Amino acid sequence: MLSLASVSAGYGSFQALFGVSLEVPKGEAGGVIGPNGAGKTTLMRVISGLIPMQEGVMTMDGRPVGGLPAHRMVEQGIAHVPEGRRLFPRLTVEENLRIGAFIPQARARFADQLDWVYTLFPRLKDRREQAAGTMSGGEQQMCAIGRALMSKPKVLLMDEPSAGLAPLVVQQVFDLVRRIREEGLTVLIVEQNVQQVLDVVDRAYLLEVGSIKLSGSAAELKNNSFIRQSYIGL
Amino acid sequence: MDIYLLEAIINRILLGGVLALLALGLNLIFGVIDVVWIAYADIVMCGMYALYFLYAEYGVPLPVACLIAIIGVSILGVVVHLLIIAPVLNSPPLNQLLATGGLLFFLQSFATLLFGTDFRNIGVRLPILEFATMYISFARLIAFMVGLIGAVVLYLFLKRTYIGTAIRAIAQDRDIVGLMGVDQRRIYLVTSAIGGALAGLAACLLALQYDVHPFIGNTFGPVIFMICVLGGLGNMIGGFAASFIISQIIAIGGYYSNTEWSYVLAFTFFIVLMFIRPRGLFAR
Repeated sequence: MLSLASVSAGYGSFQALFGVSLEVPKGEAGGVIGPNGAGKTTLMRVISGLIPMQEGVMTMDGRPVGGLPAHRMVEQGIAHVPEGRRLFPRLTVEENLRIGAFIPQARARFADQLDWVYTLFPRLKDRREQAAGTMSGGEQQMCAIGRALMSKPKVLLMDEPSAGLAPLVVQQVFDLVRRIREEGLTVLIVEQNVQQVLDVVDRAYLLEVGSIKLSGSAAELKNNSFIRQSYIGL
Repeated sequence: MDIYLLEAIINRILLGGVLALLALGLNLIFGVIDVVWIAYADIVMCGMYALYFLYAEYGVPLPVACLIAIIGVSILGVVVHLLIIAPVLNSPPLNQLLATGGLLFFLQSFATLLFGTDFRNIGVRLPILEFATMYISFARLIAFMVGLIGAVVLYLFLKRTYIGTAIRAIAQDRDIVGLMGVDQRRIYLVTSAIGGALAGLAACLLALQYDVHPFIGNTFGPVIFMICVLGGLGNMIGGFAASFIISQIIAIGGYYSNTEWSYVLAFTFFIVLMFIRPRGLFAR
């Protein structure tokens, strides 16, 4: 469904990604792991169009989508839950969800999508009139995921969904990811929490200093001695 | 309470309505686009001239003339954004200040060149209302009511529509609105058009009370900036409230001494408050 071939990108004269290739088939979940500063967030931002791609090819369902600005990427079915959640803190929960349905196709089915998101996350319905910035970290993460789902995406990008959350809440966030997968969505998730993410994805990529060092099924990476030593700490 | 003091207070509350409208427009533009339109009051001046020529010179009926003036200033807002703001969006704030400040001198000089320095009045004479032995300006009453209606319509627009929600969202986190499918450039244009329309509406209301001349912007421009900063730049509710606070200081000061001293008093109040609450009265 989502495919990247030899994608390079950076900020000004600083190059952050060197020829990254990856593939997320329809209905599967992909994971990107790696240390701080490896370029994981840059990769997500390139896919969602926040940072322009310098070289390479990116396709959705075989159609080339590389080089489109972020607001056009949403129309292609790519939704991005950014690092740090980035809710609009002084808008209410429901207003945050409404802005997630900004594109014309999404506006038309706003009521249905809202029902679906509230069914997935009943907590959000209880808090619909509350300013998003006043909720707990876990609730904010629900809202950020819900906001991305409002555009009825084909692919959901999640950047460090467990960052900055208490251990118990981290567990809840990964449960959320499982439930979203059960809804049939294609997911690409970036995480530092390697152990946990390898439990929810089908296939994973190790990104180090801007290029893919290793890739394989989640089970393969879990048993890879380099990953075990460097990232799982066994 | 002294009846004359009450009269001064009421008349100033009414004038506060127009200032509030301008504070809303300036705060909206600043909050969304992050650029201060130094020439905002001079854009109002353009609207006043438009109304004057349409109504007083060409005899267009007043409501139609007002509507054309509002639409015209709204378009002017978009043109100002495209020609002057858009090219300096990512420049340092000082350059943005110089660009919009340059527009101020350009508009004032251009108006002087075209229309001379004559004071012109649209010649609508509205009655002075007598109410419980107080004299209240009908023009100001209309200005206040229309200003309030304008504020309510703007509020509903920002609260109820997709574009309005996007405008509020962009003011809170401009980097990621693209991820919601929102085209920043389009929102900037809509915001400039609304800011222009508010300036146009204020121009129509001010033209009922004041003569228009090329430097009319200087008489209320600084006060609007003071109001916006006092309320917390970009904070629309703060600016709205600060309009009435400043109007009242000027009213009460003017009542006990004279108008010049009341402005001194208002600016002193402003400076002292900036020491106590540097981010504005209603800073979050």
